[in-house]
Amino acid sequence: MSRLRIAMDGEELTAQQTALYDRQIRVWGVDAQKRLSKANVLVSGLNGTIAEFCKNIVLAGVGSLTLMDDRLVTKDAIHANFLITPEEAKHSGSSLAEVYCNSLKEFNPMVHVSVEKGDLHQFAGVFLDKFDVVVISCCSPKDKILINNKCRERQKRIAFYTVECRDSCGEIFVDLQSYAYPKKKSDGTDECHLEYSSLEEAISTSWRSLPSKTTKTFFAMRVLEHFESLQNRKPCQISGSDLPHVLEMRKNLCEAQGLNEFHIPELLLNRLVAAGAREHPPVCAILGGILGQEVIKAISGKGEPIKNFFHFNTADGKGIIEDIPPASVC
Amino acid sequence: MAPDSDMEVVKGAKVLMVGAGGIGCELLKTLALSGFEDIHIIDMDTIEVSNLNRQFLFRQCHVGQSKAKVARDAVLKFKPHINIKPYHANVKNPEFNIEFFKQFSVVVNGLDNLDARRHVNRLCLAAEVPLIESGTTGFLGQVTVHVKGKTECYECQGKPAPKTYPVCTITNTPSKFVHCVVWAKDLLFAKLFGDRSQDNDLNVQSSDSVDASKNTEDVFERKPDEDPENYGQRIYDHVFGYNIELALSNEETWRHREKPRPIYINDVLPEKSFQKNGYLENSIDVNMAISAMPALGLKSPQEIWSLAENTKVFLEALSLFIKKRVKDIGNLTFDKDDQLAVEFVTAAANIRASSFGIPMHSLFETKGIAGNIVHAVATTNAIIAGLIVIEAIKVLQGNFNNYRMTYCLEFPKKKMLLMPIEPFEANESCYVCSETPLILEINTRTSKLRDFVEKIVRNKLGMNLPLIMHGANLIFEDGDDIEEDVASNYARNLDKVLAELPSPVTSGTALTVEDLQQELKCNIIIKHREEFDEEKEPDGMVLSGWTERVNDNQSSNGESTSSVLSATAEIKNTNGTYVASGRPLVSGTKRKISEMEEASDNSSNPSSKSNSADRENPQQVEDNDVVDDLVILEVPPEVPKKKKVKCFVTLRKAFISHVGSSGEALESFYCTSFVALISRMPVN
Repeated sequence: MSRLRIAMDGEELTAQQTALYDRQIRVWGVDAQKRLSKANVLVSGLNGTIAEFCKNIVLAGVGSLTLMDDRLVTKDAIHANFLITPEEAKHSGSSLAEVYCNSLKEFNPMVHVSVEKGDLHQFAGVFLDKFDVVVISCCSPKDKILINNKCRERQKRIAFYTVECRDSCGEIFVDLQSYAYPKKKSDGTDECHLEYSSLEEAISTSWRSLPSKTTKTFFAMRVLEHFESLQNRKPCQISGSDLPHVLEMRKNLCEAQGLNEFHIPELLLNRLVAAGAREHPPVCAILGGILGQEVIKAISGKGEPIKNFFHFNTADGKGIIEDIPPASVC
Repeated sequence: MAPDSDMEVVKGAKVLMVGAGGIGCELLKTLALSGFEDIHIIDMDTIEVSNLNRQFLFRQCHVGQSKAKVARDAVLKFKPHINIKPYHANVKNPEFNIEFFKQFSVVVNGLDNLDARRHVNRLCLAAEVPLIESGTTGFLGQVTVHVKGKTECYECQGKPAPKTYPVCTITNTPSKFVHCVVWAKDLLFAKLFGDRSQDNDLNVQSSDSVDASKNTEDVFERKPDEDPENYGQRIYDHVFGYNIELALSNEETWRHREKPRPIYINDVLPEKSFQKNGYLENSIDVNMAISAMPALGLKSPQEIWSLAENTKVFLEALSLFIKKRVKDIGNLTFDKDDQLAVEFVTAAANIRASSFGIPMHSLFETKGIAGNIVHAVATTNAIIAGLIVIEAIKVLQGNFNNYRMTYCLEFPKKKMLLMPIEPFEANESCYVCSETPLILEINTRTSKLRDFVEKIVRNKLGMNLPLIMHGANLIFEDGDDIEEDVASNYARNLDKVLAELPSPVTSGTALTVEDLQQELKCNIIIKHREEFDEEKEPDGMVLSGWTERVNDNQSSNGESTSSVLSATAEIKNTNGTYVASGRPLVSGTKRKISEMEEASDNSSNPSSKSNSADRENPQQVEDNDVVDDLVILEVPPEVPKKKKVKCFVTLRKAFISHVGSSGEALESFYCTSFVALISRMPVN
């Protein structure tokens, strides 16, 4: 149970693959490239950040990529998005998944890109068995937890990720369950073991128990999630006029969790609330890049994965890893 | 970040992007999506298959076309109404002069070589246009900001020269596989297939006895009517057998070294039964498609061939050159995309390695070493492109206090994968952005002007069209519009030793070297020196002064200076491969970080009373954890901070040496030691 079980039938890479992937094979090796070419990735919920992520793993040469998002293409979707042309946005009628699919296919003819209709959280768990990696975005915390738990219930190991970009800030969550990877040491290679918390466990951890240096972006994201859930809003369906209620929410949560309010600055909340669902393209590129790298690490079984949150904030320019333990540990 | 004020500066900006490759494709996409509407792109390259795994704007059908043009067309598909102007040209061309650079609000670099980076840095300094510089290698990357008068320039930090090897290591005493590859590529391949008029050290080991070298001179000529197979065997026996025997005869060389083993064809292939089949007749006459491997049943470039297989590849490849590519012979230079050339060099390097007891390598690995192939993935380029655009927006806003250099790491440091650092102030002794004179130690009685021009003016100073003055006398000038008699005069000067020039250059002479295109002028003070160490100073001359601070005016904090100097010295000791500059990094004084409020946030919310209340309370500043998390470059007297600086200096040095400067010139082992350094893990 150390890494993803990817069917390796001992096939060699073709001459075409060797030529195309030459530069990256020099980074992660032939074995990793073979594993990539056998891996199946599912992505549910499409936006600009996910477009970046999809581009990265299609270029890297995964076996297949399945896209889920039945929302119709609109003019709003083309902001921060290089997979949709303005023409396609005008003559809508296609779903986001279909347009993404057509565009991504051209990036690498060796990757099988396809569309799956429906809402992932309504699918039976057995559907997930087709995949090695599941990535969720544009989704309520409730549904994210549901899907995460379904992944955890499967016998098969499935790497689970969520990613959200709110304008100039972004967050990635990683759940590799029980994961081991080789780490180079002075005297050879050691196997490092990591135990991940589920999303449900991680976000219900008491804030009081977290180190005081925990990034403010983590708390701010939780405040917004709570607010949106409570108001029955769609993810990122929020605007500047909501700020007073969001501040109220901050106060209540901080009191309940025993955290000083200054850990979640109003300026930051104001910035995130005002952004709504808008994504800042450079942040999409950064999040999509980091997430792509993480998925490649998990599939190849090489490199030190993020455990278990990554935050990027344009204001300070830092890309920070936070390890949020499950509630029970604290 | 307030989107409205961002949008205004972004829309009005005119951006020059240099390089449309790995970083460039990502950068152009992110610039366009971020709202930039006027982007000019310069790239001289055309698209190759090995680009397609990361340069996502290009497709198989674009192979061979201009990167700048195809990138433009691809971006206009999803962002149709913006202006993108492509130039399929070298950024060093004279049309891209200071006037050209002046039209831009910011220059962003996605380059892959030191030479072009330095050139662009100089033009940006001269035109006073801010420059955002970047580089990636594998999972590592960096973005730096260079604004004249505010931060250091790209060249304020010393850059390591591309690795060179002493001639005798290559010709006589290889100890690493890379030495064998250099021998196979730069000596044997060049001798057999390259320009015969060029000097070649292939037989240098026999130079003790003039006779021997005379005899061997003809060996490489194929006699008229000589069968290609016989010729190949003769070359094989000569370079792997006879030459090794000759080298062995010099007992002194091998007193403390393991002796190499001469290899003759009869020992490896006693039957001479290597297979021939119909491959040659069926092959298509396209250079890149000709390969020795299929005929020999070799498929995988990852496999390490046996000595017999290498021998067969050597003979087959040589024979194919003669039979199929005879027209190329005499003017070939090694090209990593030339399959047959890579096969030949792999085989030759492996046979030599075998002779010297060095482990053999696969074609894939040899190609990487011989072609100086840079390790590259799409994800790092995408991240770096995002960071470049974030810095570009800050530069356009004039948000000087928030400029950051950012490092993208493979292993987290202080929980960070993306680590921002405050930019350094300019190095007062930088020969590019200050006027500090340089000192050149050189043997003025044996070094020719040509050596000085090539090794110092072009290679070290990175000048493109130099002009060299001794007082009022012009001793050399490069350019298109030089009159014939003047040009022939310069040509004569090039072949003279310095001390015998019409206006003799001797110890104490001050030369002025100038590049009008780059608007760069340097003063070089000549110091005569008789002897140079062939191993350590293979150029036979030593340039100093640059990157070393000449005036130590950091009187305010003497202790800090010494502690940082010891930190740099430490780098030198722990890893001899780094070109450690003696520059005290402390001179990159840290600017005081102002309170980290986001001005833009305030402006977007002008009526908020609570905002001003926030300002009253320092604890409520949004980024209150920034100040102590930023790596502090000031060196206060306490020891722990000292340690911090050492660690940082090491990291920065490593980054500058490995990612930011050399691009394609990187060697894989450099990267390995570098990654290990950052992660503080020993190399395996």
